[in-house]
Amino acid sequence: MQIHETENETDGSIDLMINMGPQHPSTHGVFRLVIWVDGERIIKSEPHIGYLHRGSEKICESEHYSQIVTLFDRMDYVGNLNSELAFCLATEKIMDVCVPERAEYIRVILCELNRVASHMLFYGVYGLDAGAMTPILYAFREREKIQNLFESVTGARMMHNYIRIGGVKENLPRDFQQRLHEVLEHLKRGIEECDALISKNEMFLARTKGVGAISGADAIDFGVTGPALRASGVVEDIRVTDPYSIYDRFDFNIPVGTYGDCWDRFYVRVEEMRESVKIIEQAARDLPEGDISAAVRRIVRPPKGEVFVRTESPRGDLAVFLVSDGTDTPYRVKVRAPSFANLQALEQMLQGAYLADAVLILGSIDLIMGEVDR
Amino acid sequence: MIGDIIGFIGGLAVTLKSTWREPVTAEYPESDKRLNLEERYMGFPALTWDGDVEEPYCTGCMVCIRECPTQCMTAEMKDNPLYPEESRRRKIVDTFEINLGRCIICGICVDVCSFDAIEMSHEHELSKYERNGNRVDLQSLISMGRSYQQKVGWEPKNPGKNRGTPQVEENSQSAINDAEVTDSRSGEPMEGDECPDL
Ligand code: SF4
Ligand code: SF4
Repeated sequence: MQIHETENETDGSIDLMINMGPQHPSTHGVFRLVIWVDGERIIKSEPHIGYLHRGSEKICESEHYSQIVTLFDRMDYVGNLNSELAFCLATEKIMDVCVPERAEYIRVILCELNRVASHMLFYGVYGLDAGAMTPILYAFREREKIQNLFESVTGARMMHNYIRIGGVKENLPRDFQQRLHEVLEHLKRGIEECDALISKNEMFLARTKGVGAISGADAIDFGVTGPALRASGVVEDIRVTDPYSIYDRFDFNIPVGTYGDCWDRFYVRVEEMRESVKIIEQAARDLPEGDISAAVRRIVRPPKGEVFVRTESPRGDLAVFLVSDGTDTPYRVKVRAPSFANLQALEQMLQGAYLADAVLILGSIDLIMGEVDR
Repeated sequence: MIGDIIGFIGGLAVTLKSTWREPVTAEYPESDKRLNLEERYMGFPALTWDGDVEEPYCTGCMVCIRECPTQCMTAEMKDNPLYPEESRRRKIVDTFEINLGRCIICGICVDVCSFDAIEMSHEHELSKYERNGNRVDLQSLISMGRSYQQKVGWEPKNPGKNRGTPQVEENSQSAINDAEVTDSRSGEPMEGDECPDL
């Protein structure tokens, strides 16, 4: 940390400017947060982003549609399949392709598994942010099972490139249902165990309850979406309010918090894991036989036009705006990244908080810098 | 007080027990404790070897090279000296290089190759001492491919079309040589890619 001192104009006391990051271990990536403190209280903060900027949106303009899926993998590198899905849905919408049933179910199963894996990572890392070492070990034990299942289906643990325009890459392996069942049984126990481990821990409650609260109205004004918005008591989940893919067929609840503080943001995600497991169980039960991909050319060339597609990624409203000029590369790809929008509310959350809570508040938004900077 | 002491002794006992336990973790290169790779695991791409005619499947048609999102490969083709007596391939790969340091293991090259000539091997450890050690040439790609083929008992997905042994029907022969001139950039559908609803 670098420290600078400036004189407070009103009362002549000295404000400290503290530079947190870009190499700070708890900023979850390369992210710099400049904080001004008066004693222990944060009076002003200023996030600096762009350290991981790779120009993905610009590169998209020179790649084929099928190659862009690999770029979306690398935007939200914890919820890869959800990212891939957003782009594929956008391309399918502009081309008016009808995706086979089986492919839709496979997508939902894998995306929800990915959501659980992502929230598990959040759970573990949030424990670390709060100073608890144990949760991450439990979280990784659960996440590892999901990653192994992914490896058996997609061939990769992180950068899958499995969801393709018009369907998915290849069929599920033969023993998938059985392995999925095992993973789910394991997960259900694991989620309860993780929940019991810290959610009601007195010290954890003392550190997170009432910290970094933001009201629902404020959150909406800042454009916060996903679990961070639902924690403030707003019922908004694109899977339900504006269903895409086949999410309207499943029966699940939207967990909502009350105060919008760190604990609510944490617990909404724990609850969401349970709901995701419910969705996966329903989808696995109904999984139909059939084609796994629509007949789409290898070089996709959508007609002229533009589409806007919203999906619910683990972090919130991941939307893709795609403009096609009728060639085999898009004219413009704009990604509305949930982490980027959620980050805007950070200043508000940090206002008046203790310096020691800054890391907790930052962690509770669950930022993925690859998605913020793109 | 008494409770504290008992707790302390209990803690010591746990430490003592784990002192003589077999470690759960393993040192990295210990080969017998590696995790098993899944059958579909995607490692670096490698070129397959046609054992029937003793030549690679790859014709050097450059389709994968144009489709690779990171442009990490180069290839050249030449006239096949074995054609037409021993092999059906009119053209054959002359040089092929993949910069594995740049490859993002996306599998697109495998999807676009019409000759079953490239596969995602299980190879994933390629630390090298030289700066350009990860630029692998045709020979090492083929040896990677051959060991992968042996390991998984690889069979071409489309044997009728892609086996190199000369056959009597002429149709398949023309198929193997025509595809190499199809330009992927032109966006023309390759064979079998015709889409009725577009
Ligand atoms: S597409 Fe297949 S045959 Fe053509 S150059 Fe690539 S590996 Fe060789
Ligand atoms: S796996 Fe992807 S990045 Fe690697 S060589 Fe093949 S197409 Fe290129």
